[in-house]
Amino acid sequence: MTPDLPAILARLRVALPAATLTHLRNPGPSGQDSLLVAPDHLGAVCQFLHDTAELDFDLLSNVTGIDWPEPAQADAVAVPVEGTTPAACGFLEVVYHLYSTALRVGPLVLRARTVDRVNQVHIPSVVAVYRSAELQEREIFDLYGVEFIGHPDLRRILMWDEFLDHPMRKDYVAPDDYQYEPTPHDAVLEKAQQHYTV
Amino acid sequence: MAIDSKLADDLKSQGVHVTSFEGLINWGRSSSLWPLQFGLACCAIEMISATMAKYDMARFGAEVFRPSPRQADLMIVAGTVTKKMIPQVVRLYNQMAEPKYVIAMGACAISGGPFKDGYNVLKGVDRFIPVDVSIPGCPPRPEALLHGLITLREKIAQEKLIGQHRARHADPEGPGDLPVPVCGAHDIEPAFNPDVWNPPSFTRDASAS
Ligand code: SF4
Repeated sequence: MTPDLPAILARLRVALPAATLTHLRNPGPSGQDSLLVAPDHLGAVCQFLHDTAELDFDLLSNVTGIDWPEPAQADAVAVPVEGTTPAACGFLEVVYHLYSTALRVGPLVLRARTVDRVNQVHIPSVVAVYRSAELQEREIFDLYGVEFIGHPDLRRILMWDEFLDHPMRKDYVAPDDYQYEPTPHDAVLEKAQQHYTV
Repeated sequence: MAIDSKLADDLKSQGVHVTSFEGLINWGRSSSLWPLQFGLACCAIEMISATMAKYDMARFGAEVFRPSPRQADLMIVAGTVTKKMIPQVVRLYNQMAEPKYVIAMGACAISGGPFKDGYNVLKGVDRFIPVDVSIPGCPPRPEALLHGLITLREKIAQEKLIGQHRARHADPEGPGDLPVPVCGAHDIEPAFNPDVWNPPSFTRDASAS
């Protein structure tokens, strides 16, 4: 069952009046709306959703990251219901999928955004509330470079420790180790032309 | 020096088997290839299946998967080799005693396969260790692995132990340990071992494109 997002939002606004929450509408066929949470209240919001008996979101099934070099693209995919000022620069986004196994509700989609993509890439960790976030936050740290404040063991998980890049960022440049292909075309043809006499 | 095959057949019919020392040694080696027990991805499932009763790799003398590289003759690289994993693969290869052979099983081990453009996937294990037999497929069926094993056995049966074209392990000047790549800041360093592999170089036919 999909969660009743306006009702949950109303509850959250009563319980946590200081938290900045935005309802984001999904214009796509899935119509899966989400809740944009300001990072400084992410922990409190998760704690509330987890502890409130009528909501009972006891399972964090998935955490993933998105790189948005163009903030306008983010607003096109997840449209703010009430008008918010668009972000000035690109940012990294972390998406959480919460479920209530007892009430069979889910997924409740939470989003949290960093300030930019370069220096202010911090998001508070939700490991204290949802232990299942531990490895997934490490993966997002590894692949997107989001730094999770309060994570007990923030290390790279897929790439080696000496690696410096974040391969899932849109501006990641892979090492140039092109190898012969028999029928190159488009972008591969350009690479082929750089490496072979055509 | 070769034995007259007609004479050998005559003797065989009398119950006397004549062979060369080289043939005997190669026969022994090819008939007891002990693989190193490790798998890297989905291809390993087919490799495991090939050792089980239905396909029964033991029929070809390769049933004893060894937990230690010191006891193994054959490295079956079954699966995707990540850049993070290749230093360990080369180290295991170095720890195996000569004569040693490598089978690259599946598209991933040969070239990176479906993950060829992945940021953490090595574009073929032959960039770092010499591969004797490549088995195409994603994954190759257990029969294909058995075919690869038989191909390797045929290759071993042809090996020369002396002379100019002797096998690597019979050559005192042969290469020793291969250099182990290092996981660097952006990629593995070096990206390939030039003594083992070099990028194919040729001129593409302009009229064909
Ligand atoms: S070749 Fe195919 S089956 Fe084998 S490891 Fe790669 S993806 Fe898996």
